[in-house]
Amino acid sequence: MSAAPITAASEALQVEGLTTSIRIAGHWFDAVRDVSFTVRQRETLALVGESGCGKSLTALSIMGLLPGAVGRVSKGRIVVDGVDMTAATEAKREAMRGDRIGMIFQEPMTSLNPVLPIGFQIAEGLMQHRGMSKDAARKRAVQLMELVRIPSAADRLDAYPHQFSGGMRQRVMIAMALACSPRVLIADEPTTALDVTIQAQVLALLADLQKQEGLAVLLITHNLGVVASVADRVMVMYGGDVVESAPMRAFFQAPTHPYSEALLAAMPRVDRASKLAPIPGQVPTLPDMPAGCRYQSRCPLRIAKCAERPPLTPLGGDPEHGVRCWVRAGA
Amino acid sequence: MSDAAAPAPAPAKVSLAAPSAWRRATRSGGLVVGLLLVIGMILVAAFAPQVAPYDPDAQDVLLNLVGPTADHWFGTDAFGRDVLSRVIWGARISLFVGFVATMAGVVFGTVVGVISGYYGGKVDKAITAATDVLLSFPQLIMGLMLVAVLGPNLQNLILAIAITAVPAFVRVARGSTLAMKERDFVDACRALGYGDLRIMFLHVLPNIMDEVVVMASLWLATAIRTEATLSFIGLGVPPPTATWGGIVREGFDNLLDGWWLSVFPSLAILLVMIALNLIGDGLRDATDPRAPQ
Repeated sequence: MSAAPITAASEALQVEGLTTSIRIAGHWFDAVRDVSFTVRQRETLALVGESGCGKSLTALSIMGLLPGAVGRVSKGRIVVDGVDMTAATEAKREAMRGDRIGMIFQEPMTSLNPVLPIGFQIAEGLMQHRGMSKDAARKRAVQLMELVRIPSAADRLDAYPHQFSGGMRQRVMIAMALACSPRVLIADEPTTALDVTIQAQVLALLADLQKQEGLAVLLITHNLGVVASVADRVMVMYGGDVVESAPMRAFFQAPTHPYSEALLAAMPRVDRASKLAPIPGQVPTLPDMPAGCRYQSRCPLRIAKCAERPPLTPLGGDPEHGVRCWVRAGA
Repeated sequence: MSDAAAPAPAPAKVSLAAPSAWRRATRSGGLVVGLLLVIGMILVAAFAPQVAPYDPDAQDVLLNLVGPTADHWFGTDAFGRDVLSRVIWGARISLFVGFVATMAGVVFGTVVGVISGYYGGKVDKAITAATDVLLSFPQLIMGLMLVAVLGPNLQNLILAIAITAVPAFVRVARGSTLAMKERDFVDACRALGYGDLRIMFLHVLPNIMDEVVVMASLWLATAIRTEATLSFIGLGVPPPTATWGGIVREGFDNLLDGWWLSVFPSLAILLVMIALNLIGDGLRDATDPRAPQ
């Protein structure tokens, strides 16, 4: 999986060998290890895993928003729309954010500035990145609000966030993230805080916008139901490692890594009467992470060789489907 | 089916909205009273030439130390000057010094505080240390020292009082910014590619203004009191210019011969203090979500 040459223009986001370290009590630990993937235009890549497995850190690394004192990209390359973010200056990264790469967050209730009108908050990015005049940006803001299906958009331009429901606020967040027509959208658990019907609406909206705008979407979630409904490909992370990477159907039909299996077994399903199987234990903290395969402390298939770190090995017959496991890769 | 054609009754207009901030602020009436008093005083001060019955500096030796009468409501002083006129003219200086010094302190202190809280790290440590040093001096002593060093005139008086106000606003702004910085919308701003300046002054600042404004209204009272105190001990705007503290001081020399000399300017100071504190309390109640409803 290391350093493939970067050529194809349809690849909006390329991440190569990304290693992100965070500082705990004065020591640096690799919280994301050697992660590589690409997201093409119109494609949705879902990044799944339980809390603390490195999903959000991966997203923050891509955005260049790691808190400097405690987090840094120590290795690897991140290319957004042809621009190498890791080599770019902070000013260049700032210009990229909100313009060519957008991000929406988990908490729509708190991610909007409570004292500024909605219309201004949507228009702000256009004025900032596109140098639009106030009037032009306001007009475009109305179009964007219509695009994300906010009813009577023109009348609500001067409304404040507290006058909107959670679902409506998430639509506003989407409008803000898409204002400058970015090529890449990172959605960090965009529907977790919403109830199920609103969740479905927001996901459908995202899917529509993705088609219209040709967006590459990196969807971060721990909801496998969401993955099944919108993702093209799935990447499972555990302890900062990508443990399995597969096309969506292949992942749900034949999960291969023991952690993927365990995740699916822990998901409630209507077509299965058996009890849910919880995964025993919890993700070890970074200082306690075992050497070699990081899942070994919870893995039922553990063998002696697990003390050595397995590579992400393509499974026979499907180059798109890789697994990081000695046992399952048939070594 | 018969009523299908009937127009649907218009829904009754019921407001489910929480009482507005203005309603909350004015419920106890303190804010309104305070505002009316302060606005009244500002108007009187602004139109002093029209309102004051006499020239504040005109002496009349034949009419010195006359108690309150129909001609001289607040009496006259040892030089025969009309005390009411002097209090009215004194309001100009006292209120002007108070407002300008507080404004300068608020603007500078808030900007520094936001920067300190937003950047953190070494910048924050240096600013916090400097603030602590300034705060370790009692505010009056600080003003005294500054005026003594700079020399007593209007400009230096304003400067000195502004400097004593700065650390308080650095603290308030820094604390609020620290809390605001952790809010998700600040991360969202960063994700939208906004620069630090834009985030600090367009996004964080409006969110902390409520606390700054409450603090400013209370500091206004302190600033006016400091000006009066400094004038009283002779470090204010030099005589014969009328200032409230100065009039109290002049009256002090003849206090046994004329109680009115010091009492009326003191009452003016008291009235402003009460009015500004009423405003401050009202604003705090309006902006504090934990305030009793």
